[in-house]
Amino acid sequence: MSSPVKRVIALPGDLIVIDKNISIEGTNLYKLSENTYIVTTISIQDYEEGEKKRIRVVSLKGRYIPKEGDVVIGIIIDVTLSYWLADIKSPYPAILNASDYLGKSFNPALENIRKYLDIGDVIIAKVAQFDRSRLPTLTVQDKGLGKVIGGSLVEIEPSKVGRVIGRKKSMISMLTEQTKCEFVVGINGRILLRCPNSDLEYIAILAIKKIEEEAHIIGLTERIKEFIINEKVKRGLIRYETE
Amino acid sequence: MRQSKPQLIINGKRIDGREPQDLRQIKMEVGILKNADGSALVEIGGTKVLAAVYGPREVVPRHQEQVDRAIIRCRYRMLSFSTLGERKSPAPTRREIELSKVIREALEPAILSTQFPRAAIDVFVEVINAEGGTRTAGITAASLALADAGIPMLDLVAAVAVGKIDGVIVLDLNEVEDMYGEADMPVAAMPSLKRVTMLQLNGVLTPDEFKKAFALALEGINKIYQFQKEVLRKKYVEVEE
Amino acid sequence: MSSTPEIPIIPKIKLDTILNVVTKGFHIDKRPLLNYRNIEVVKNVAPNADSSVLVKLGHTQILVGIKVDVGQPFPDNPEEGVLIVNAEYIPAASPSFEPGPPDENAIELARVIDRSLRESKAIALDRLLIIPGKKTWIIWLDIYVLDHDGNLVDAAMIGSMLALAQLKIPYFEVDQVTGSIKIDKSRYTGSLSINRYVATVTVYKVGDVLLVDPTAEEEAIASASISISVSEEGNIVGMQKRGMGFFTEKEIEQAIDISLHKGKELIELMKRFSS
Repeated sequence: MSSPVKRVIALPGDLIVIDKNISIEGTNLYKLSENTYIVTTISIQDYEEGEKKRIRVVSLKGRYIPKEGDVVIGIIIDVTLSYWLADIKSPYPAILNASDYLGKSFNPALENIRKYLDIGDVIIAKVAQFDRSRLPTLTVQDKGLGKVIGGSLVEIEPSKVGRVIGRKKSMISMLTEQTKCEFVVGINGRILLRCPNSDLEYIAILAIKKIEEEAHIIGLTERIKEFIINEKVKRGLIRYETE
Repeated sequence: MRQSKPQLIINGKRIDGREPQDLRQIKMEVGILKNADGSALVEIGGTKVLAAVYGPREVVPRHQEQVDRAIIRCRYRMLSFSTLGERKSPAPTRREIELSKVIREALEPAILSTQFPRAAIDVFVEVINAEGGTRTAGITAASLALADAGIPMLDLVAAVAVGKIDGVIVLDLNEVEDMYGEADMPVAAMPSLKRVTMLQLNGVLTPDEFKKAFALALEGINKIYQFQKEVLRKKYVEVEE
Repeated sequence: MSSTPEIPIIPKIKLDTILNVVTKGFHIDKRPLLNYRNIEVVKNVAPNADSSVLVKLGHTQILVGIKVDVGQPFPDNPEEGVLIVNAEYIPAASPSFEPGPPDENAIELARVIDRSLRESKAIALDRLLIIPGKKTWIIWLDIYVLDHDGNLVDAAMIGSMLALAQLKIPYFEVDQVTGSIKIDKSRYTGSLSINRYVATVTVYKVGDVLLVDPTAEEEAIASASISISVSEEGNIVGMQKRGMGFFTEKEIEQAIDISLHKGKELIELMKRFSS
């Protein structure tokens, strides 16, 4: 178990003053002076006591900004002769080159790439490159990446993806075990589910939405587990908790 | 129709019963629209303003984009039935065009727009009921909506008007005070950094009166700012049953 | 010029999910196909208006406000008062709405509401006349779509009807010498006379299935829709087919049956809200 945590909601304009015994981290902090930081978005602020005092500030809201190496779920919104444009819920659409998708060079004069991926198709991809001066590019050249055939898509706040996965994947393992669904979590706030039946799928979606709403609560995994079990009992899927 | 000026201060009190340094009653709500990335409704006295934010998102048309920052686009607008008297034509007035700019420039210093080059942040302010102070309520609401959208800001922006009526410096003018008073001065600021982001004066003040009015405005802004923070915080704490 | 609209992009797997549930007889939020979402009404949200109503139909939110004014009757209809309906999709309501004057969809919405109210004689326009041929009350009814999650016409009609039902006509005096009218909005002459309630039920075609009250996502994959306005007596008082698809004759008959039935429910609901 880690050190005790004190958690508060931090808001834009909140000033955090630290001394040299405290370390601070967070992507949404603006350094005002040597020891003063400004919180810039609605966030949870954790203060960890113990040997090493630590403040962690995590955004509760905000658009997804691509980062190299992120696995994202995209929707094809445009097709050109040699690449696709995908919506990845960021301010910038992403490019997927046909040569990357096919894993070889190809001749646009001979082939129409629409037959591989068309508008509305869903892909799991990795951000290959992004420096904010050009559109991000994607790659599907890795295990588990590529076109999505079936399943259900749920959208959540990208900033809350971390909670759906949980510390050391605790939340997502619990979700998988309890709902028997298969989850692919895109860092950009899209989650793909493949479930054994529609009742379990519905419960899984409700659970994800609940995690999104209650992302700031401590002890969330247990709380969500209880919720899923209750829902299963309500729907007659199980009589009582068997474990 | 401008009728003869009523007495605005009677026995030291204002026509709605307030003391000179009092705000009207305030109500705020955040996240009231499903589609918008952020939204807020602010009521102050009889004034009711809705703000919605989209973005950062792709810039359409493309030529508006800037390579080193997000552009902020803002539209302030009064609904046709929001004012007393006749229906307002939906065509934008010169006043609405100016206020759209003034509100945008009140928000710009707070928004960390360089984090989103080539993108756009759109702010829509819709006045549902106008009884004085719609631009300031609009700024207060827009800054809540920006926070609700998760757009990084150095601080929330809060705004209120001060003015002079029957020779007295007062806070938060209502419609009648605004119409018949000697001066009306809307102010917006980022309170935790003590930065002023909007200042307008319509009327005449002595330098001393200005000082007093300005101090009163900042005091009012602070109260509104506390209110904004409380509403945002409550939205997340509420869930915790 | 009206041109083929851009088709909204919906992920194919979502499209499959929607089609799949709809074929099983349900909306994606688990309602039966012919059930409306929860309807909420807030009255007098804009006190400076002479009447105003906010309607929430699921996540769809529509604000309707009325201003009354004195003016001249239309020359081709000197014996009746004037009703002018406008609608606007404000850019706050959807990422795809842009600022600017109402587009063809907003204008169509306003005109569908206008015709249904006018042809059904839902409100007693003749009783708005002050001096025949010369002076009458003008009712400006403005519809603002604040949040778009589907089925705007039905919600707009509920809002319009309730705003009209709430409307009070201000006190006025006619100057016998000059013929000018003095209005005093702090007092009332009386309420606007409602002859009958009217509801609009829009039936959407998704795949081969007919349904009412879709969410925006469901609406986006509907090939066609038909708005059918019905009066409380059970007459059809206006129709408008929309969309790039079509209905078969049999589907039209079904749509009318659905509308008569659901319209009755909506009218009962409106009457409860306005009492």
